[in-house]
Amino acid sequence: MTKILVIAEHLDGKLNGATARAVSAASAVKPDAIDVLVLANAPDAVAAEAARIDGVSKVLTVARPENAHALAAVLAPQIAKAAAGYSHVFAPSTTFGKDLAPRVAALLGVSQVSDVMSVEGPHSFKRPIYAGNAIVTVEVDAGSTVVATIRTASWPAAASNGSAPIEALGVDAILPSHTRFVGLQQGKSDRPDLQGAPKVVSGGRGVGSKENFEIIYKFADKIGAAVGASRAAVDAGYVPNEMQVGQTGKIIAPELYIAVGISGAIQHLTGIKDAGTIVAINKDGEAPIFEIADIGLVRDLFKILPELEQAI
Amino acid sequence: MKILVGYKRVVDYNVRIQVKPDGSGVVTDGVKLSANPFDDIALEEALRLREKGLAEEVVVVGIGPADLTAHLRNGLAMGANRAIHVQTADAVSPLTAARTFLKLIEKEQPGLVILGKQAIDDDANQTGQMLAALWDRPQTTFASKVEVADGKVTVTREVDAGLETIEAELPAVITTDLRLNEPRFIKLPDIMKAKSKPIDVVELGSLGVEVADHIKTTHYAAPPKRSKGVMVKDAAELVAALKQKGLL
Repeated sequence: MTKILVIAEHLDGKLNGATARAVSAASAVKPDAIDVLVLANAPDAVAAEAARIDGVSKVLTVARPENAHALAAVLAPQIAKAAAGYSHVFAPSTTFGKDLAPRVAALLGVSQVSDVMSVEGPHSFKRPIYAGNAIVTVEVDAGSTVVATIRTASWPAAASNGSAPIEALGVDAILPSHTRFVGLQQGKSDRPDLQGAPKVVSGGRGVGSKENFEIIYKFADKIGAAVGASRAAVDAGYVPNEMQVGQTGKIIAPELYIAVGISGAIQHLTGIKDAGTIVAINKDGEAPIFEIADIGLVRDLFKILPELEQAI
Repeated sequence: MKILVGYKRVVDYNVRIQVKPDGSGVVTDGVKLSANPFDDIALEEALRLREKGLAEEVVVVGIGPADLTAHLRNGLAMGANRAIHVQTADAVSPLTAARTFLKLIEKEQPGLVILGKQAIDDDANQTGQMLAALWDRPQTTFASKVEVADGKVTVTREVDAGLETIEAELPAVITTDLRLNEPRFIKLPDIMKAKSKPIDVVELGSLGVEVADHIKTTHYAAPPKRSKGVMVKDAAELVAALKQKGLL
């Protein structure tokens, strides 16, 4: 029996959209069941959201005060126990899943498939290596549990029309106290979430300063887009780290991606390859970003963005 | 305190990766190899902790074929006290690498193990987490700030939501993110000095590590190419093009 356990990602009582993308990947395996596991202090609201995801057979909740924060060392032993009877364990390839899933795999004594882009069969997957410059097909031994992280940009979010049952699960696992949560400094923004937004405007080193980044925010707000940045812009301190798009930042697949003042290092391009339409605005016509852009415009960003706002 | 640092050799990040026409791998013959950038950051952080008096010894660990010696010498030139070369002709999976580190930990008893968060060849992002699980110790992944005091490490982590701070009792595993530090450059006199630093060579087979090979790579392909785009000359043309696609 093919049964998939999908680990729910959530924060502040809300289910992260990456979970529904992991469920899409699970559905592609054509399993007998897809169960979503919610580990939380108070899982009810998150579980109710997860129960609506199409394709979910049931939602399992583990309510423990130790699960108030997503510490891999605390969650992994519970997931390893809950995974008994499942052929696959999937988590989204977000910083949450990347931190957690390998710890689960090691406890189960198996290797992990990172960043699943496509499902070729129950034990066969495609994933990127070398920053997406090569795509490999991997085969997992039929006898071993498949632990995988799901590359969210490769999968649409499953719709939310379902009504799966929710069951509380008792997990008999000894939890360590050697790791403690201290705090989370979140960028508060009313803009759309970078990882799920259909439109994204990103700024790079060409923007020049933290103050100048206002021009990117203003334009993004005009078209209702999320805002991202290149590594160079983050390293230079123009914007916080959670806005980084690329190999080691966020990998995104918006319908429209507008790169402003970004030269297009290979590591940045990795993060946007799956975008529907890529627009590049850069005053340097030789910038590598133009090699993958669908629409290019060689102009100074400080002149063109106000003109664009006018023209829209 | 002793610090173990994972020091992997990978295809240099500036190399344009070519997939072999028969799909059997990527071209690595004659290609420049360098330290995994995240591992240079790991080594730099270990050296800084030693320079602050928080560690006495920094040991770089490499797993690979006989010619890995020159790469490990770079780690010694950067400032590591000594190196351990776990010799094997085969590529190892992250789980095998984690099991190998665990064997070395049993012997070396480090207070910290610092690894890169991922290697830029297989982009797996697994070894540190797996090691922490097998060792039954804390993991502090994607670190952008590390503070060691009173038998604990406080780590600021780069996560999707922002910056998370966690505290872990030592010994612990740290994996590095890009903004943790800027690795130092190796100076010529240090290259000379590194020649006299010890490299212990152990055969992977002699460590009693169970090799994990649950996953086999059966085919390599180049990524699909995006088709060549068009250039527009002003704001009006760009807006028209986007409207035509229904994007505005």
